[in-house]
Amino acid sequence: MYKILESRQLNANIYLMVVEAPRVARHCEPGQFVIVKIDEIGERIPLTICDYDREAGTITIVFQPVGASTRKFAELKTGDVFRDFTGPLGCPSEFVSEDIETLKQKKILFVGGGVGAAPVYPQVKWLKEHGVDADVIIGSKNKELLILEKEMEAVAGRYYPCTDDGSYGHAGMVTTMIEELVEEGNQYDVCIAIGPMIMMKFVCLLTKKLEIPTIVSMNPIMVDGTGMCGACRLLVGGEVKFACVDGPEFDGHLVDFDNAMKRQQMYKSEEGRAVLKLQEGDTHHGGCGNCGGDN
Amino acid sequence: MADVLKRVPVREQDAKVRAGNFEEVCYGYNKEEAMEEASRCLNCKNAKCVQGCPVAINIPGFISKVKDGDIEGAYKVIGGSSALPAICGRVCPQESQCECKCIRGIKGDPVSIGKLERFVADYALEHDIKPEKAEKANGHKVAVIGSGPSGLTCAGDLAKLGYEVTVFEALHELGGVLVYGIPEFRLPKEKVVKKEIEKVKELGVKFETNVVIGKSTTIDQLMEEENFEAVFIGSGAGLPMFMGIPGETANGVFSANEYLTRSNLMKAFDENYDTPIAAGKKVAVIGGGNVAMDAARTALRLGAEVHIVYRRSETELPARVEEVHHAKEEGVIFNLLTNPTEILVDENGWVKGMRVIRMELGEPDASGRRRPVAVPGSEFEMELDTVIMSLGTSPNPLIASTTDGLETNRRKCIVAEEENGRTSKAAVYAGGDAVTGAATVILAMGAGKAGAKGIHEYLSGR
Repeated sequence: MYKILESRQLNANIYLMVVEAPRVARHCEPGQFVIVKIDEIGERIPLTICDYDREAGTITIVFQPVGASTRKFAELKTGDVFRDFTGPLGCPSEFVSEDIETLKQKKILFVGGGVGAAPVYPQVKWLKEHGVDADVIIGSKNKELLILEKEMEAVAGRYYPCTDDGSYGHAGMVTTMIEELVEEGNQYDVCIAIGPMIMMKFVCLLTKKLEIPTIVSMNPIMVDGTGMCGACRLLVGGEVKFACVDGPEFDGHLVDFDNAMKRQQMYKSEEGRAVLKLQEGDTHHGGCGNCGGDN
Repeated sequence: MADVLKRVPVREQDAKVRAGNFEEVCYGYNKEEAMEEASRCLNCKNAKCVQGCPVAINIPGFISKVKDGDIEGAYKVIGGSSALPAICGRVCPQESQCECKCIRGIKGDPVSIGKLERFVADYALEHDIKPEKAEKANGHKVAVIGSGPSGLTCAGDLAKLGYEVTVFEALHELGGVLVYGIPEFRLPKEKVVKKEIEKVKELGVKFETNVVIGKSTTIDQLMEEENFEAVFIGSGAGLPMFMGIPGETANGVFSANEYLTRSNLMKAFDENYDTPIAAGKKVAVIGGGNVAMDAARTALRLGAEVHIVYRRSETELPARVEEVHHAKEEGVIFNLLTNPTEILVDENGWVKGMRVIRMELGEPDASGRRRPVAVPGSEFEMELDTVIMSLGTSPNPLIASTTDGLETNRRKCIVAEEENGRTSKAAVYAGGDAVTGAATVILAMGAGKAGAKGIHEYLSGR
């Protein structure tokens, strides 16, 4: 059992939890993820690590309820437990193993979208702690949905919030912000983009044109997360890669996003049914066409 | 008087009924049936069956106890060699190990050794007969990586010798392939696997789930920071293989590992569990091994029409005869001498069919089996919505890539000595699929035994 030491809602859509998981906290690095399972009957859900405290033995996760399982996560309060919490999984970000002096010469641009700000944060924080200032663009629909602002400002070199509706910061998509920064004369050696697949796809189309090498963090459907099932396979440069052991970070200019987005839809109907069942509870009588109701 | 040349038949769930449920296929013997079958054993002095057993169970010894009705005594005899008899009695390929060597088999049916083992083990689980524990602890700490058949066996053997053993499991459930791979209808999880693991716990073995060695910690850290004096790696096989044909990343294409993990480990077949499975209505399983049969029979139970597509002929099917027989009885269709060339995908990215080509058998290849050769111009299409690839696995790199000085071979399997599991790294032993590539439960158990012996020699000899 893994105890939730703190649980709070960051906004209408996004939740933050600090979970006691000493083994994960001792070994995790930026770029890695965990797999969380709420109870005996729950799914194994991959979540990115937003922060970690090696001394306290804690991991901070940030998530947005989308399917039935993450909706159940959202109901957990401080003091509740997850049955299972496994990690750290996947490979650390490449820069973690780079020579620090070389790294200091690099101009790095982070682009986070929505809840993607959460996995961006530990990377920017790690760089800050190692004397590297990175520029950070965080995009969101509106001001209310922007998360981790204070935290990000504290560790970023320069921080550029963007909102689609123009209610705060730069008005428009993250891609227009990238263009603006480049037009201003900023030269980036690498861009790290994390967010919805559609955002990463468009960031990559742009940075390819701008000739900025780009790393993306992929979040496909997973089951075991340890390289056993192959559910998370992606096409990268025409080769099949497993996001859980080969990734989750890949060269964004080589990822086949269209294929990845189609694969993400695979269980949409099944997930829809599960959500329906959760909402209807005991009144669920087989309308989903899947379970045959109570018969 | 029954015909001594014929084995006592074992009761099974009717094929038509079981094709629609996940209950166990085989009911096993009751005590009368077991005693009658046991009386067929000739109690050979130089028993050939024992030589065929990878863990060298004293087979005539336990069978003669069964004949006398002393089932607890029979369990103690088996327990001397095997920690998991209820599992082995169900999933061992007895027909190619012990039973094929049985002298009874020369003129008639060999003795049903597997079914007798299963009866004895089930009896012990039902009557809660305790395994024999070590008299006292010897103070040495050993870590076992993986709670599958090799890890459980190694842990059990070491605990009996007085070692303080901790098993680290990457997943949230114990049992490895016994829980994620082999389906409920062949190996019940609550009734058999969990209870048999309880017996290993009763020996004093500790278990920690959700620890991925190579990620959550490393072998070197286990030894340096947590004071383990020796480590056994039983991490199993790993990454599923695909064919490399067009369309393989389409929706509706699964590895057998994923399909089975969803149904077995995550219990997607049970509506009360949250994990979904896209079960499919018309399913092709590519491959002819035991895993392919498990995937096919699972898909069948989830309501699909199921085809096994295999490029060689029936005689080359690597699956156990019993599994092929059960699959056919239940209605799985076998498309033999057939090989996929392309998966056909609709405009939404879902499987709509598969192009296949007929094969014929040519000259024997390196494996000694006749090599399948494509028949030119014989391509045709199958209409499908799901394709399950069951082509074997390649080793998971997590441990080898994070352990200094651990030698792997050309196929990326860990190199270990067969008789004692010793690897190229001091104090580190290995066995099971991580060493051999995908094989059987009992071979993994044999390797777990060898590893325990190697570790014991190493730690007691210094």
